[in-house]
Amino acid sequence: MGSYIPSTVKERQEMLESIGLSSIDQLFSHIPEELKLDRELDLPSGKSEMEVSRVMNNIASHSVVFDSIFRGAGAYDHYIPSIVKSVTGKEEFVTAYTPYQAEISQGVLQSIFEYQTMICELTGMDVSNASVYDGATAAAEAVNMCCERSRQVVFCSEAAHPDNIRVIKTYCWASGHQLVMVPVKDGKTDLSQIAGQLDKKTGACLYIQSPNFFGQIEDVQQAAELIHSVGAKLICACNPIALGLLKTPAEQGADIAVGEGQPLGMPLSFGGPYLGFMATTSAMMRKLPGRIVGQTTDVDGKRAFVLTLQAREQHIRREKASSNICSNQALCAMTASVYLAAVGPDGLRQAACSCYQKAHYLAEQLSQIEGVSLRYTGSFFHEFVTDQPDAAKVLDALQKEGILGGLPLEDGGILWCATEKNTKEDIDRVVEIVRKELM
Amino acid sequence: MSNPTNLLYAKSHEWVQDMGDGTYRIGLTDYAQKELGDLVFVNLPQEGDEVEVGAAFGDVESVKAVSDVYSPVSGVVCAINEELLDHPEMINQDAYGAWMIQVNEVSDKEELLSAESYEAFLSEEA
Amino acid sequence: MQLLFERSHSGRKCTILPECDVSYQLPDASLCRAQAPHLPQLSENEISRHYTELAKQTHGVNDGFYPLGSCTMKYNPKINDEMAALPGFAKIHPLQPEETAQGCLEALYLADRYFAEITGMDAMTFQPAAGAHGELTGLMLIKAYHESRGDFERKKILVPDSAHGTNPASASMAGFQVVSIPSLPNGCVDTEALRQAADEHTAGLMLTNPNTVGLFDLNISEITSIVHNAGGLCYYDGANLNAIMGIVRPGDMGFDVVHLNLHKTFSTPHGGGGPGSGAVGCKEMLKPFLPSPVVTKDENGYHLCRCNPQSIGAVKEFYGNFLVVIRALTYVLTLGKEGIPEASSNAVLNCNYMMSHLKDIYEMAFDTGCMHEFVMTLENLKKEKDVSAMDVAKALLDNGIHPPTMYFPLIVHEALMVEPTETEPREVLDHAIEVFRNIYEMAQTEPEKLHEMPLHTPVRRLDEVGAARNPHLRFEF
Repeated sequence: MGSYIPSTVKERQEMLESIGLSSIDQLFSHIPEELKLDRELDLPSGKSEMEVSRVMNNIASHSVVFDSIFRGAGAYDHYIPSIVKSVTGKEEFVTAYTPYQAEISQGVLQSIFEYQTMICELTGMDVSNASVYDGATAAAEAVNMCCERSRQVVFCSEAAHPDNIRVIKTYCWASGHQLVMVPVKDGKTDLSQIAGQLDKKTGACLYIQSPNFFGQIEDVQQAAELIHSVGAKLICACNPIALGLLKTPAEQGADIAVGEGQPLGMPLSFGGPYLGFMATTSAMMRKLPGRIVGQTTDVDGKRAFVLTLQAREQHIRREKASSNICSNQALCAMTASVYLAAVGPDGLRQAACSCYQKAHYLAEQLSQIEGVSLRYTGSFFHEFVTDQPDAAKVLDALQKEGILGGLPLEDGGILWCATEKNTKEDIDRVVEIVRKELM
Repeated sequence: MSNPTNLLYAKSHEWVQDMGDGTYRIGLTDYAQKELGDLVFVNLPQEGDEVEVGAAFGDVESVKAVSDVYSPVSGVVCAINEELLDHPEMINQDAYGAWMIQVNEVSDKEELLSAESYEAFLSEEA
Repeated sequence: MQLLFERSHSGRKCTILPECDVSYQLPDASLCRAQAPHLPQLSENEISRHYTELAKQTHGVNDGFYPLGSCTMKYNPKINDEMAALPGFAKIHPLQPEETAQGCLEALYLADRYFAEITGMDAMTFQPAAGAHGELTGLMLIKAYHESRGDFERKKILVPDSAHGTNPASASMAGFQVVSIPSLPNGCVDTEALRQAADEHTAGLMLTNPNTVGLFDLNISEITSIVHNAGGLCYYDGANLNAIMGIVRPGDMGFDVVHLNLHKTFSTPHGGGGPGSGAVGCKEMLKPFLPSPVVTKDENGYHLCRCNPQSIGAVKEFYGNFLVVIRALTYVLTLGKEGIPEASSNAVLNCNYMMSHLKDIYEMAFDTGCMHEFVMTLENLKKEKDVSAMDVAKALLDNGIHPPTMYFPLIVHEALMVEPTETEPREVLDHAIEVFRNIYEMAQTEPEKLHEMPLHTPVRRLDEVGAARNPHLRFEF
């Protein structure tokens, strides 16, 4: 059986004797017998490393690994530079805890400071935290940042990612905030529907995602102007790769920028661990949840980094804290930093432009097939929706060829995605298969 | 630092200064700032907020702690010392100069202590 | 050392991506950002060396002893990482057709069975990403349970004053009021005070056992009964599960819902702050409220089911920090039914061994024999020699030891909380004991020297006041 306990049975006995005990059981003798488990755990017997590897490899083999992926919907298949895997595999980073002891944690602290800087640069905002769990919890935490005693009405775009909407709904239910959904028209958030419901006293915020779940680029600036007119905040969810090309949340008037950082070097991983990023204005800095790293000096005057503004946090403010978050996604934040350092400003723009161009090429080619049409006419980034007679048939045909096609929507549409990884050859093959299936 | 005799004090370690125009200024005593250590941030209410005797009207943060500041009187906030928001260290440097809020429509100030009684209270506590 | 941005030189780069092989007109300038982000411009060699230098300034479990109380910094086995990197897990899209993700679903299903067995619960969810997130999820289950019974008056969560700060913070986020329950001088729950507090407004109690001072609360059955009799539910904070696996189960102590910190108890690495996993387990009556989707199994295989109309919804995208769950599952398969209790008993042995060899000089907060961690108080040392818990911690840094958790729990003054874990060999414990004793000796003879420490770390004591007064949170270009 497997074990990671170094001490031998003999050594354990010696240790027991040195503290005046004769058996391990004595360490637990004070626990009432009726509470103790009077049987073995109903688990398999322990195994050697080789056996465990065989079992896990066997389980993993029951999943199908697609080489060619045209599905996004919140999890994106981007190229991951080798340096990313190498750096984030370093044992010092992998096995450290939260950097409470700054003197021996400068590596992690500086990397977070660098991450915070990059997130500010990407989003155009003033202040970033050290990460939260994912894009959806970043959205829900941002909503909490905006709610005050009198302002408790939260507006949420129906065009956001369904999981983000679900998480916001759950958090609002728990904390008692009132949630108003903003309907979708032509693939975009229909702001005209809420104009009548905005109230200067009760409005807390509007959550809008751009590019949205359907890939459409929203008019965030108009949303910001509308919500600011009643003194409420705008939360803008964004795609970090798209920010290599598209307008930043700050340029469009957002008070808080959030998003899912997975595209920045994290594998698909069946949904996690990913990265929630959050950035805001200086004015809202002290409402930002989670760890924040600041620059300071040590007693010798040397530059150093440290966890700061901690009085916002749960370990000090307890039930009055802005959030309960403690552990975050630090290693994923480092992954994003190394990714951004590796691609640099030109490479990020190149990735964004490739995504944009390939998605538009795919959309153009698909829409030339008889029976296939683009559902929306607005500008999109790297995702779009098509309508066709039989989505299931099309996707099955692709799957048989080892291609993961777009995501089937409940209403018969398909939500496609293209990234820099999809070559022209792959795209042409998809188009050919779809054409053949619909002939 | 001795506690000025022109001020009144609360057992929760705040001072109150009668401004002579029906308004009162409130701050933290020197004893309190010493106990709290280096302050790094101050949360203050907004003008127009009501404060109630014995209830927290704001808080002060040090690096490792946050402490409520209790109102020594009841009233309505008519001014806040905005300078403290950028320079919380002023409380450490000059506790009796660094007022936090100014209130009017004041009531419930009967329990306040003189400087002498406050000092007697402090030595009892110690 | 320099920041990435200070190393940057205009024009340097790595060649990562090819030229785009299709041409399509780029979007109108009105949709585009005005200015490119300031990202570093560096060759791969420079990036690689930068992070190697940062790694040298980081202390992980692999760099030495890490007895950080309440955090269970045990060794992170390498096989776990290798299994998590298998393409059948790491390269699977979360929205793949169910029949193509059977391996991932099977892993989640197995993890559900195994962790339910270890905790004595009936069902699990792996959506919560960390311990605090698990607390929030568990409290939401409690809220949904009461509301489903038409009981909207249960607004209070009872939390002992010794609890970790996440407990009250989570209760607030879940919309509850927090009622603090005082601890007895021995660190355990004051059952009389609990009896007074538990009433028709009580939604539940949050507790960890062993508690935050490292002691097993012997009144636990009475405690959970008091809460149940008042109509509340009992929440088990799994932070200290490493003391009792396979020996006592939260479910058998009367708890209804529990979270696990897979990144503590189940050996997954903490990554400098995360990702973790805060898996939540619950008893049958809370199962209808678990986050969606849940994994089910029938003759056709495994399914993701959104079949629960009473579900609280979702607390995270997709299914949680999946690869962290894979690591923990690998660990459970490795240890098995024999190794899991053995890990706990050796964690308790190592802890008692260290405590016993220190308690003649260091004052223990509760000198009754400990579970997997012990708390010392330096209150007297502070009074007599002006040597604080912080000073002792900083002196440990110069000896290559990560300090224990400082100033927690709040009910112990000048606290140091030591958790050695089971994966440390005896020599490491002996060395740490010697270092602690030497520091105590120094506190007696040359206390002023301790205020200067550490001397040999990459940086020395930091100006935290300055950092907080004048926040400098990003590099300015």
